[in-house]
Amino acid sequence: MSRRAQAWTWGAVGVLAVVALWELYKWLGPADGVVVGAEDGRAGSGVILLPRTNDRAMPHVWVMVGRLFESTSGGSTPPLIVPVVSAAVLTLGVAAVGWLIGVVVGFVFALVMQRWRLAEWGILPWIVVSQTVPLIAFAPLVASFGSQLDRSGVPWPQWLSVAVIASYLAFFPVAVGALRGLQSPDRAHVELMRTYAAGYWPTLVKLRLPAAVPHLLPALRLAAANAVVGAVVAEVSIGMRGGIGRMLIQLAGQGSSDPAAAWGPTFGAVALGLVAAGSVALIGVGLKNYRRGEVAA
Amino acid sequence: MTDETIAVRAAGVGKVFPTKAGEVVALTGVDLEVAAGEFVSLIGPSGCGKSTLLRLIADLDEATSGTLSVFGKTAHQARLDQDYGIAFQQAGLLPWRTVGANIALPLELHGVGKADREARIAELVDLVGLTDFVDRHPDQLSGGMQQRVAIARALAERPRLLLMDEPFGALDEMTREYLQSELARIAAETGAAVVFVTHSIPEAVFLSDRVVVMSPRPGRITDILPVDFGDARVEGLRESPEYFERVTAVREALHGAPVERPNER
Amino acid sequence: MTAALPAWARFVAPAAVGAILLGIWVVLVDVVHLAPRALPSPVAVGEQLVQHWDIILEDMGVTATNALVGLAVGSILAIVLAGLAAAIRPIDGMLAPLVAAIAVVPIVAITPILNTMFGASSQFGRQAVAGIAAFVPVFINVLRGLHQTRPVHRDLLRASAATPWQTFRTLTLPTALPYLMTGLRIASSLAVISALVAEYFGGPSDGIGTAIATAAKSGRAALAFAYVAGGIAIGLVFFLVTSLLERIVTRRSPV
Repeated sequence: MSRRAQAWTWGAVGVLAVVALWELYKWLGPADGVVVGAEDGRAGSGVILLPRTNDRAMPHVWVMVGRLFESTSGGSTPPLIVPVVSAAVLTLGVAAVGWLIGVVVGFVFALVMQRWRLAEWGILPWIVVSQTVPLIAFAPLVASFGSQLDRSGVPWPQWLSVAVIASYLAFFPVAVGALRGLQSPDRAHVELMRTYAAGYWPTLVKLRLPAAVPHLLPALRLAAANAVVGAVVAEVSIGMRGGIGRMLIQLAGQGSSDPAAAWGPTFGAVALGLVAAGSVALIGVGLKNYRRGEVAA
Repeated sequence: MTDETIAVRAAGVGKVFPTKAGEVVALTGVDLEVAAGEFVSLIGPSGCGKSTLLRLIADLDEATSGTLSVFGKTAHQARLDQDYGIAFQQAGLLPWRTVGANIALPLELHGVGKADREARIAELVDLVGLTDFVDRHPDQLSGGMQQRVAIARALAERPRLLLMDEPFGALDEMTREYLQSELARIAAETGAAVVFVTHSIPEAVFLSDRVVVMSPRPGRITDILPVDFGDARVEGLRESPEYFERVTAVREALHGAPVERPNER
Repeated sequence: MTAALPAWARFVAPAAVGAILLGIWVVLVDVVHLAPRALPSPVAVGEQLVQHWDIILEDMGVTATNALVGLAVGSILAIVLAGLAAAIRPIDGMLAPLVAAIAVVPIVAITPILNTMFGASSQFGRQAVAGIAAFVPVFINVLRGLHQTRPVHRDLLRASAATPWQTFRTLTLPTALPYLMTGLRIASSLAVISALVAEYFGGPSDGIGTAIATAAKSGRAALAFAYVAGGIAIGLVFFLVTSLLERIVTRRSPV
């Protein structure tokens, strides 16, 4: 079997192992889960270490999958998988826009920071700190700024606010990765370009950019994953309809009556992340020559 | 002699590096003239300043004292006018470019048209004997082949001066000897002046018209020895008594004292 | 050659940029009055911080504890599994795609499910999310570190008839340690942010995340930003501590 096929097989075994673990625990685990330090009579006390095994808290895996193909809310509504997929696609689109903005902004930052050491010293610490700011803080800010713009004539749909917030999470890995890549050429190569009296732009195009590719590709992948997270969280924060984030919250709220339903959008969100990362990985396929000597993320 | 017949003229050149532990005098009082078409080696132990001197000629560093001119201009102007080609110890090939594209790099940077580039690449790969490898990538080549590409690249714009910093240092002895013969042939064919840094005595004697012996602390020239083999730089030379005599002369100059041979005691 | 910059510029440059940004903020809000309502004046934020510092601190404690528990448990799990993966090939084969998948999916999306599983009054959901977020970088980095021993060192120990445990103790462990520290540094900020954002997806009503959301929803922007400052503080502390640890450990390590 080729190495590729081997990797896929082991991956499938891994997923099956997780499923088996789930069902095994459900079958063997205590009905009320494992609780430490509970006090009699006080509901909700103590620390729950392992979950309850009833069908409400832990549905069977086949029930979760099967639920996807049952109708969404009874009657003649389409199977759950339909709204899940359409919500996931919507979120994917918004995340893609956010990713694009983040990549451009991050790359411009990296170019500036590589060109001027002072810019790197001044800006990079703030870029690192910026990632400790929870984006929940920004969501209402961006949303209200967006609606202000919208009212004053510049079209600004609600999803654009979500995309901007997603771009905030996406730009960081690109800025850092692109900077590292632009700074990566050996001193010997940089001096070679100097002996050719090549200025900043030819050196950038013929040396630094190609050398940056192996650092950029993992960064772009990370940015895509971050853009997806940002889009999902921002959707909930701003209250955007039609995305997968909102669906997650909605269906989780129905946890007591329809426990398996919440797993639908969860699987959808997982698939979303995988598709986003996979699409970006495709970019790397055409750039094989530039990846001779690739650096892992 | 007009300035056009002097490739490199150094008068009282010195270089001082400021370090945390005080100043390091890498070079002091260097007086050297390299004529057009002449092959000159710089040889000496670590810290003698030979690579520093080469870097000053290449305008990769600036001298702190004295004057240095390349073809009658400042080193800075000579670099901007692309009067020299350079080869380092690591071949320094860009890994994402093919052999042909690597050789063409200086040509691309200086706006040479595609047809002219292709023609020049073909000439150069033929010169270094790598015609079959022109579309390979550096990671598919051995160390010796990579260095040949680097030499071809250094010759791309027909420079009148070649600067080489221990280009064969990372190669095994047999490849070294082969490349030395190739380099001697190429230098003779193109008529370029060469300043060649090495720490191998046989290599310096085989290749050069003159061997410049340097020593450290502070870096300076201690001796300049003529080596008159002219056109006879072929493999047979390595076995001749005259060659050994010159090697001994250089070795003695490096040690600063005559070397005692066992059968002369 | 660029001109050499003085060493003090390394500290002054970011401070200057920070001062400029702060200045722009103050001008936008207090001087020109151009900012949207959702952006409060830094002065007002400061006031709220001082006024409510006790509950801010309390909520910070909840979120920080969740992040710390997640970081600790996730890291330990990552170290154990990475050790197993490095030793036993099939385990590496099974885990690699799973970890790669977890790395790209929005983990906070499973918070609602976790809250259903563990009950809405438990902090476990948030801790689990922080734990998973921390697990990924630590696992990847430790696994890489365990594979980094140089062949010449392995040959040396083999020639010295070292037992597997001795080899692990004298070579593999010290080689892998810097990678562990790097992983912890990356994981620390992720754990904090994940713990915070997970609060947005349900669970008990304490913690910085829910506090920000509540304050924002009721229009008290300055208070919301005061809580944000608390969140940033937690993130910075985690980051600085793990960065320092990383610095100390990598200073004497082989490159």
